[in-house]
Amino acid sequence: MNGMTPIVKKVTQLIVGLIFLYGIYIITHGHLTPGGGFAGGAVVAGSFILLVLAYGSDILKLKKREEGSSVVESLGIFLFIVLAFAAIFIGTKVFFANYLPKGVIGELISAGVIPLYNIAVGIEVAAALFTIFLALVIYKEEVLK
Amino acid sequence: MIMEPLIPLYVILPLGAAFLIPVIGRLIKGFQKTITSLVFLFLLGLSIKFIISGINEPLSYRIGGWEPVAGIPIAIYFILDGLSIFMLCIVNLIAFLSGFYAISYIKKFTAENNFYALFSLMVAGMNGVILTGDLFNLFVFLEIAVIASYALVAFGIEKEELEASFKYQVLGGLASLLILFSIGLLYWNTKTLNIADIATIVKTGAYNKILIFSQLVLLAGFGLKAAIIPFHAWLPDAHSSAPSPISSMLSGVLIKAIGIYAIIRLFFNMFAISHEVALTLTTLGVLSMVIGSLLAIGQWDIKRMLAYSSISQVGYIIMGIGIGLLILTTNGNKTIAALSIFGGLFHLVNHAVFKGLLFLSAGAVEHRTGIRDLNKLGGLSGKMPITSSSSLIASLAISGIPPFNGFFSKLVIIIAAIQGQFYWLAGIAIVISIITLAYFLKLQKNTFYGDVKNKIDNIKEVPFTMCFSMIVLAILCVCLSLLIIPGIREAVIEPVVNTLINKANYLLILSEI
Repeated sequence: MNGMTPIVKKVTQLIVGLIFLYGIYIITHGHLTPGGGFAGGAVVAGSFILLVLAYGSDILKLKKREEGSSVVESLGIFLFIVLAFAAIFIGTKVFFANYLPKGVIGELISAGVIPLYNIAVGIEVAAALFTIFLALVIYKEEVLK
Repeated sequence: MIMEPLIPLYVILPLGAAFLIPVIGRLIKGFQKTITSLVFLFLLGLSIKFIISGINEPLSYRIGGWEPVAGIPIAIYFILDGLSIFMLCIVNLIAFLSGFYAISYIKKFTAENNFYALFSLMVAGMNGVILTGDLFNLFVFLEIAVIASYALVAFGIEKEELEASFKYQVLGGLASLLILFSIGLLYWNTKTLNIADIATIVKTGAYNKILIFSQLVLLAGFGLKAAIIPFHAWLPDAHSSAPSPISSMLSGVLIKAIGIYAIIRLFFNMFAISHEVALTLTTLGVLSMVIGSLLAIGQWDIKRMLAYSSISQVGYIIMGIGIGLLILTTNGNKTIAALSIFGGLFHLVNHAVFKGLLFLSAGAVEHRTGIRDLNKLGGLSGKMPITSSSSLIASLAISGIPPFNGFFSKLVIIIAAIQGQFYWLAGIAIVISIITLAYFLKLQKNTFYGDVKNKIDNIKEVPFTMCFSMIVLAILCVCLSLLIIPGIREAVIEPVVNTLINKANYLLILSEI
């Protein structure tokens, strides 16, 4: 696919960074404001999907398989279970316990491990949604051939 | 209450394996096979260790270490009692053997990493369902297990597999909806999701129409998952289209772990059971037993016949447990109720073993010949002696021929039915057992005996890993009859029956903290 008109491409260029940053903001403020890993991850995936839609799949040099995002997805969810598993060895030694200092309520760095969980979930969701999108794109290209 | 630190490993290890496989499996060849086998072998060993050490009172584990506030449990509880450890042992045994069998079998498919990742995910979900003491958590783990199984059923991505998987997804989705709806009703009514906490509230509460309604909705939801007869439509397609190790997992343990286990856990330990519900459960069990076996006779597809037979055998398990419930609700003799429940649970473990073995041997036949149609097979006993003899043992066991395990469990169910004065049910169980023998003789004759068909002339025995799993299961078919011997029976199955009959035992997890 070749992508859309120059107008769409230019607007996408201007806006995609903002969308990406907004997604990161939602993920990192998951313990303070509404949203969190899942919502933010979906926004981050949206920014990537927007790029592919505007510029077309040719420019990204898609391979037959969506290896990169698939590996990142597995690593994201693995990071989550490692964080949960680490709790068995630290502090109260209970699975899923919150072993980091809680901090002051309302500050960005507070709530112990929760922000880290949110980041892991954010990576996982962003990569998973993007993988699904890529799989559909690749499937369509193969059908069109 | 004692916190047992090893309990969460049942969920952590399969999940960890599932997430590592897609990453490391790309780099190291053979990683996926090794790690799944090792994980399930370890968990099987752990379960056997727990069984041998004996669990007198339920062990619990509070996820996140949250202490109860004013007697109200906040944390998600993992609870290990007699029933859970018994189920965990079966699940991890069949998972290990199916995973080991798959090492050779799955070579003909392309995506080995995905297969093993989904397989581990499915087992993690089942272990979670068995361990959890929280209703919503039960729903989450149930979805993990069934969504992985949807993908595994469609693993061959041919027309037939995709259709079966779609049907399975639609009916499975309906079941999940019913279960979630019922959980919502219970939460609304009792203001808690902890199973033991709900049990205390239900026990003290008066007659409540919403609770009765939620019981029926739950029965329909888990009935769909367990494929009891009016809800069985997805099972023959799904179980026959999946790759054989997965069929063996689905028929052997999945319908038990997320269907029957959930039913007996919730109805024995959570609800104050009423006579009407017990009657419904028994009726559904008898219906499945009869109709499942009648449908199985006419099948000419080897795996489809086994799938229908699963419906029929699940009917035996439900009938055994239902008779127990009926006797308990009419304040009958508790020993007979215990005997009947013992029969049902004994048949559950036996069915997991011989149905697992039958699917594995059907898979071995399909692996070598590529044919599942009974009309086109024949005369394989000389070419595939191990497959043939293990399949014969399993067929005899499932039809209830002594000295194999199926005979004893059916005998116990029938004796309990007679002692409880359910003469008709005992008679039906005997007749169905004869019909079972009939269709398994048909399967044996058309597959392994008779003339060798031209097309399938030059075939040999299946590779080592497949043979190993089949031989272990065949040995178990004989050895499990030992469970009937009084000394062993008291050590292994008696604690399970006790957890079910003495509801107060389960509530211990709340009292001592």
